Amino acid sequence: MAAIKLSINGKSYEIDVEEDMPLLWAIRDYVGMTGTKFGCGIAQCGACTVHLNGTPIRSCSTPVTVAVGKKITTIEGVSEANNHPIQQAWVELQVPQCGYCQSGQIMSAVALLEETAQPTDEDIDAAMQGNICRCGTYDRIRKAIHRAAEIKSDNKTLSKK
Amino acid sequence: MQSAINRRKFLRTAGVSASALAIGFYFPSCKEPEKPEPAGIIELFKLNVDDNPVGMALNPFVTIEPSGAITVMAHKPDMGQGTFQSMPLLIAEELDVDLEQVTIKQAFGDEKYGRQGVGGSASVRTMWEPMRKVGAAAREMLIKAAADRWEVETKDCSTNNGKVINTTNQESLTYGELVEAASKLEVPEEPTLKSPADFKYIGKSVPRPDVELKVRGAANFGMDMKKEGMVYASVERAPSFSAKVKNIDDSEALKIKGVEKVLKTERTLMKSVLEGVAVIADNYWAALKGRKALKIEWEEDEKLLDSEKIFEDIREKSKTDGIENHSVGAFEKKFKTGDIQLTQEYETPFLAHSAMEPQNVLVDFREEEGICEIWAPTQFPQWAQGEVSKYLGIDKSKIIVHVSFLGGGFGRRSIPDVILEGCHLSKAIKKPVKLVWSREDDTMQSPMRPGSLNTLKGALDKDGKIMALQHKVTAPAIAYSLWGNYDGEKAPGGVMEPIGEPFYTIPNYQSRYVFVDVDPIPLVWWRSVYSSTNVFAHESFIDELAIAAKKDPLTFRIDMIGEKERDKKLLEKLKSASEWEKPLPEGWGRGLAVSHSFSTTAAHVVEVSKTGAALKIERVVTVIDCGIAVNPDNVKAQTEGNIVMALTAAIKDPITFKDGRVVESNFHNYRMLRINEMPKVEIHIMQNEEAPTGVGEPALPPLAPALCNAIFNLTGKRIRKLPFDLGEV
Ligand code: FES
Ligand code: FES
Repeated sequence: MAAIKLSINGKSYEIDVEEDMPLLWAIRDYVGMTGTKFGCGIAQCGACTVHLNGTPIRSCSTPVTVAVGKKITTIEGVSEANNHPIQQAWVELQVPQCGYCQSGQIMSAVALLEETAQPTDEDIDAAMQGNICRCGTYDRIRKAIHRAAEIKSDNKTLSKK
Repeated sequence: MQSAINRRKFLRTAGVSASALAIGFYFPSCKEPEKPEPAGIIELFKLNVDDNPVGMALNPFVTIEPSGAITVMAHKPDMGQGTFQSMPLLIAEELDVDLEQVTIKQAFGDEKYGRQGVGGSASVRTMWEPMRKVGAAAREMLIKAAADRWEVETKDCSTNNGKVINTTNQESLTYGELVEAASKLEVPEEPTLKSPADFKYIGKSVPRPDVELKVRGAANFGMDMKKEGMVYASVERAPSFSAKVKNIDDSEALKIKGVEKVLKTERTLMKSVLEGVAVIADNYWAALKGRKALKIEWEEDEKLLDSEKIFEDIREKSKTDGIENHSVGAFEKKFKTGDIQLTQEYETPFLAHSAMEPQNVLVDFREEEGICEIWAPTQFPQWAQGEVSKYLGIDKSKIIVHVSFLGGGFGRRSIPDVILEGCHLSKAIKKPVKLVWSREDDTMQSPMRPGSLNTLKGALDKDGKIMALQHKVTAPAIAYSLWGNYDGEKAPGGVMEPIGEPFYTIPNYQSRYVFVDVDPIPLVWWRSVYSSTNVFAHESFIDELAIAAKKDPLTFRIDMIGEKERDKKLLEKLKSASEWEKPLPEGWGRGLAVSHSFSTTAAHVVEVSKTGAALKIERVVTVIDCGIAVNPDNVKAQTEGNIVMALTAAIKDPITFKDGRVVESNFHNYRMLRINEMPKVEIHIMQNEEAPTGVGEPALPPLAPALCNAIFNLTGKRIRKLPFDLGEV
C-alpha cells in the first residue's frame, strides 16, 4: 500500500491503495466519486473515460500511479453548474437512455470540442469510436456534438460583445 | 358498505403528517406488509430518487402535503426506456399539476404497487388507464373538498396547475390547502378521464427528468450503491455451466492485500444451480486480483457444449414435424397445388444482452434481525423478493428491494440469479456484500437469447399471390430453460411470436414448433424475444416470394394487408417517407420489412450501398404505429435503440460454444455497433388517437430482414444466416 495523491476536479485527495490499482477503482471505491463507470475493464467501451491533463484516457486500464501529479477531470468536474455546452446539448437533444455509458461519452465529446471547435462527422467518428452505447444513442450523440459546437461558438461571440 | 367496495379499487391513506393525501391502488391479494425501516442507507440516490417519500405510511402513488409539495412514485424500474417519467406523467396529467412541481421518487419492490416488473414493452400500454385514474381520482376528491368548503356544486369547480378554481367567482384554493379535507372523502371508483384533446403533457416531447442527472454523473446505478461495512465480491465461475468445484487452492489469493476470504458459492438460476468460488475483499480490485490467483479444480461433464453440434442437432430436429401451433385453411393440401413452391431455412444465433452496466447487486442479509436488504438494478423487484424469500426462508415482508437506475436491461435483468448469488454470499459471510460481475462474467455466464432455425414453405398461385404458407420454428424454449415447462403439446410461451398467426391475409397458413433441448445453456428473454429471430425468417421469406412472383416487395405486402387499415396506412406512409419509388444512385439498394409485435406495427426501409469493397448501411427509414405516443421523442429514442441493437445482432458477433465454454468474452470479440457504423435514421410516428401500445421492442424485429432484403436488392445475394460480415457480402 502506498499513500497516493490525486488531483481530481481541482481538489486533492490522498488515498491508500495498491500501486497497480486502475485509476477507475481508485476514483470510484476510494475517492467515492461514482460518475465514472465500469463497463469492460479492457479499454474497449469507454465508459470509464476521464481526462488526464485534458486528454481522454480509459481509467480502467490506467494504473493509479500514472495519474499522480496530473490533473484528473471526471464527469463531476466538467463544469461548475453542469452547463458545459456538451451537457447543455445532451439535455437539449435528450441523448441518454439508460445513461450508463454517458459519462464516458461526454468526457470524450468534451475533449473533442476542446481540440476541434467545429468537428465534422468524420472527426466525431474518430473521437467517439471508442465509446460503446448499447442503448444506441449514436445518432443523438452526433447531433448533440454539432449542437454543442454551435452553443460554444455562440457563447464566444456573446462574450466578445 | 360503500367504502368497502371502494377499497377494492383504490386505497386512500393518511401519512404520518395526518393531512397528507395518498392514493394508490389496492390489490385484493395484497396484505399490508409489515415493512421494516430501511436502515443505514448511505446516500442512496443523489437527487429525486429515493424509496420513502416523507411521512408516508401506506400504498402511495401520490402524496400531497399541506405545504403543497407533491410526490409521485415511479413504481416501475427504469432501464433507459423512460418509465421514471412516463408513469408519474400519466398521473400528473390527470391530477392537473405542473410536472415541474412534482417530485418523482423511485419505489422499492412491493405488492402494493401492483405489477412492477418491466418487460414485454408493457408499462405504458398496461398502465395507460390505471395511472391516469389514480391522478383523476385524486383530482376529483380535491374538487369535492373545495366545493364543500365553498358550498357550491362540483360542476362549478375546475382545476388549474395544483389549484381548484371556483368558476362562479374565480376564487381558488391550492391542493395543499384542500388535502386534509380531501383525504377524508370517498375515493371515486370511476373518475372521469380527460379527452385526448385536453392533454397537456401526453403526446408532447417532455424532457425526461433523469437526463439531467445522467449528464452530470449523478444518476445512481446498482453499481454505485454503497453500505457501511460492505465488502466486495468477485466470483470465479464454472468454466462450463454444469461444472462442479472439486478443489480450491486459495493460498496465493489470500496473500493479496485486501483479500479477506475465499469461499465456494452458488448461483441459483431458476431450475439450475451454478457453482463458483468467491473472493471477498475490502475493494473490488483486490477481489479481482484474488480471483485471478485462485487455483481451482473443476469436475466437468463428459459431454461438453459445442456450437456445431448444437446447430447440427437443431437442423436434424427441424426435419421433424413438431407440433401444430395454429392453422387456417389447409396448408398441406394447397401447398402442393401452387404454381410456384418455395422452401427456405433461416438460422439465427445465441446472443448475449450485454447491457452496459455489468451485473451487480448489494445485499445486506441481517440474519439475526431476519431482514434482507437489497439494492439492485432489477427489472423485476417483486420477483426478486419472492425468490429471495424462498431462498433464505424468510417472509417477503422482511425483504427490502431498493431499485436503482438500470444501466440497460434488455430482459437480462428480469431474472434474479445475481441477487440470489449476492444473498448466498451475504448470508455466508454475515456482512453487506457488493457483488460485481466482470464483463466476461456478464457475456459468458448470463442467460442468453436462444439460437434457432426457421423453415418456411410457401406457394404462389398463378397471379403471384401467396396461397399457402407454413412457418416452422425449431428452437429451444426459454420457458423450459427457466422452469422446465414443455408438455410436447403446446408451443411454450412466446416461441411463436409474432408469426403464430399470419400478419398478412393468406388463405392457408400454418405455424409449427419443434422443441430443442439445449440444457444446460441458460436462456432468457432478449429484447423482442422470439420476434427477433422469427421475423427475420418470415419477412426475408416474404421478400423471396415477392421476387419469385416478380412483384415489387412493398406492393406485394400492401396487396396482402387486407382489412387492416392502420397497417395499410403505415405501409403507405413508409412508401412516401422512404421515397420508395425514387430511383437510387448507382451502387445502392433498398429493402423493407414489417412486423406487428407487442401490439405495435413497425416497418423499416433500409438503404445500402456498395461503392468500394465493403457494403455500407446508408439510411434507415422507420414508420411506427404505437397509438398515442405518450412522449414522441422517447418513442423515437427507443426506436433508434432498437435499430442499433438489431444491426449489432445482424452484423456483429454470435455467442458460440467450444469445449463447453462460451467463446466470446468481452467487447473485443463480442463486438457492438459503434458510432462510425451508425446509419442515418428517420423515424415517423403514425398519428392517431388509439390507446398506446408497446414501444421498447417492436422496431427491432423487422430491421434485420429489411437489411438483408436491401442487400439482395443490391447484390442478388440472399442472406439466410445471422450474423454476417458486411465486408464479406
Ligand atoms: S471500462 Fe474502461 S474502457 Fe470499458
Ligand atoms: S445510454 Fe445506455 S448504454 Fe448508452
